[in-house]
Amino acid sequence: MEKLRETLNETWHFYKKTLILVAQGSKAYYGWCFLLLAIIIVGFLSYLKQHEVGLIATNMNDQVSWGLYIANFTYLVGAAAAAVLLVIPSYVYHFKPIKEIVILGELFAASSIIMAILFVMVDLGRIDRFWHMIPFVGSMNFPQSLLAWDVLALNGYLFLNLLIPIYLLVKFYYHKEPNWKFILPFILLSIPMAVAIHTVTAFLYNGLPARPFWNASILAPRFLASAFCSGPAIIIIIFQIIRKISSIKIEDGALFKISELIAYAMFLNLFLLSAELYKEYYSQTVHIAAFRYLFEGLHGHNQLVPWIWAAMTMNVIAFIIFLIPQTRKRLATLNLGCLLIIIGVWIEKGPGFVIPGFVPDPLGEIFEYIPNSLELMVSFGIWATGLLIFTLLMKVAIPIETGKFTHTEYEEKISAFKTLLKKSIG
Amino acid sequence: MQNKKYTRREFIRNLSVTALGGMAIPLLSSCTKEEAEDFLQKHFREMTEEDKKRVISKLEQRYLQKYGRKFQISTKEAVPETFWGYGLELSRCIGCRRCVYACVKENNHSRHDPQLQWIRVLRLKRGNLINLENSEHYYAPDLVPEKGFIYLPVQCQQCQNPPCVKVCPVHATWQEPDGIVVVDYNWCIGCRYCIAACPYKGRVFNWAEPNIPKEEINPSVHYLGNRPRMKCAVEKCTFCIQRVRSGRYPACVEACPTGTRKFGNLLDPDSEIRYIIDRKRVFRLKEDLGTEPKFYYFFEA
Repeated sequence: MEKLRETLNETWHFYKKTLILVAQGSKAYYGWCFLLLAIIIVGFLSYLKQHEVGLIATNMNDQVSWGLYIANFTYLVGAAAAAVLLVIPSYVYHFKPIKEIVILGELFAASSIIMAILFVMVDLGRIDRFWHMIPFVGSMNFPQSLLAWDVLALNGYLFLNLLIPIYLLVKFYYHKEPNWKFILPFILLSIPMAVAIHTVTAFLYNGLPARPFWNASILAPRFLASAFCSGPAIIIIIFQIIRKISSIKIEDGALFKISELIAYAMFLNLFLLSAELYKEYYSQTVHIAAFRYLFEGLHGHNQLVPWIWAAMTMNVIAFIIFLIPQTRKRLATLNLGCLLIIIGVWIEKGPGFVIPGFVPDPLGEIFEYIPNSLELMVSFGIWATGLLIFTLLMKVAIPIETGKFTHTEYEEKISAFKTLLKKSIG
Repeated sequence: MQNKKYTRREFIRNLSVTALGGMAIPLLSSCTKEEAEDFLQKHFREMTEEDKKRVISKLEQRYLQKYGRKFQISTKEAVPETFWGYGLELSRCIGCRRCVYACVKENNHSRHDPQLQWIRVLRLKRGNLINLENSEHYYAPDLVPEKGFIYLPVQCQQCQNPPCVKVCPVHATWQEPDGIVVVDYNWCIGCRYCIAACPYKGRVFNWAEPNIPKEEINPSVHYLGNRPRMKCAVEKCTFCIQRVRSGRYPACVEACPTGTRKFGNLLDPDSEIRYIIDRKRVFRLKEDLGTEPKFYYFFEA
């Protein structure tokens, strides 16, 4: 009991200190935060409008009933799952360069999950009835509905990815050895949970015989493979930005290790995609319609065609870059590869995955959906929210990791202040 | 014991709902008065008789104010020993869409921007039936039927194994004892997962606040059927639950000028629908998906 109180006290003190830390920063830091805030406000105002008139404010309709929001949701769940590629090498194999930065990766996962959840929330027509989905409060259809599974899995994963890094950071702050017996089970649990969130998200689409484009058993493996490309690619870029603007040291070795993992994942992604394409194109059943719509256009409707071919090109070029050690281990080409993957995979498993599921619809109707500006605004608002959350988390996590923000620092300052005070009084 | 559990559950519910409500002040300010009033309304199947009465009188007042008519809002339960089935004789349908508009009128659909319809009539070139990719949904000739085409009306097929019910994350839709799949419009969270899951496009969404001219309103409604809906909730054909539970035919059956549409009790061996299943060549749409529709298409002999 006494121990618990001490922990709570310590955490509360830590929390107060972080608030002060977050509020102070350079001009660039303030500028960045206010830019994000401005985007968030525009997004929120757009959302308020959508909330007032209903989802008619978007370009979705009865034919294409999910759009940009759900596309972003799918992508971000994948990005979040990718943190596992840092967790395994650091906690299981104790690979030192990655172990030093794994906490940053977990906080990235937490930010991605928050964005993913926000994208589902803005897609709900009746946010006022959201409580119907809360277990024991509303009436959750568990285990029947995969959406119920997804709510549980996403929130569970979010909890883990906040608990683990915050626990470790608080310990580092007080220069205390973490109680590994307590935290290790959670860390190990986060590994299958990462796989679970993306599998459950894939199953959400996968289990609908009404939508042959999604009703392929290869879907969950494909989701995981593409997630393990795009997520780490984002992490590589973010880590380079972080080490440029802060004093944290991130070894190139860590980046190159991650990029090696991307190469394997991209190979799997392309292989699984080609397996699916082979099956559809060789057998030429009625189920090919959605693939036709995506890759060649259907009855003169070909809006997505340039996008998917751009994505395919980007993915293949990136794969070659990551395959060759010389290009993988040069930062310039590495970064190019990462950008290509981030965009390529976003197109492939965002709009390129969600929209063809609805085109043609189950009664053969073709409606070409393109998001409108309101959907774009709301989406940018959510991306900015995630970035802001991540920025603030980094603002605290990095000084702790580099040993600049610790309890001893604080105590030294306090004692220095006290002696100064005594002197001035005396 | 049962009682105790219930109160605790309600307590937790109210507490957390209040907490959530507090966080959503800017959102709440853009809610309508109706939405605020309905906020804590229970799931229809959890309502006691008294709860139902309260909700009904609230709705009666609201509709009276909005449409200037006294509504009869029924919550009539399924008639024992009934299990509804539908028959549609393809060789008779002339594609006139009278069923579509009879349905719109009977079921108080939103009329314009957008107009919602529960029945879709597809025009197919002769020689096609199963592959709907070349079907025309918006044909508009001066005269029907047209030479060289057949017409395939599609609406909710009232599946025995409904994928829409399975995927709903909040139990907002379910199958009634008489086989009708219904929606509690006040419980639906508007996620549209059911629309993605339905192989027949049997569900439509209120993308905007529905609008019905006062003079066109049908005041004889069922709570789970044709009462006026609200924005961002899903809706669907209920075989005219307000009619069939009081011994009448669905509006589409009555409106059809060619006798294409048949309706009856599958449990009654002397019903017309049983006669059709026993004597005609019937088939069901997308039978291969295992949804077990209770909507039988058939041809003359």
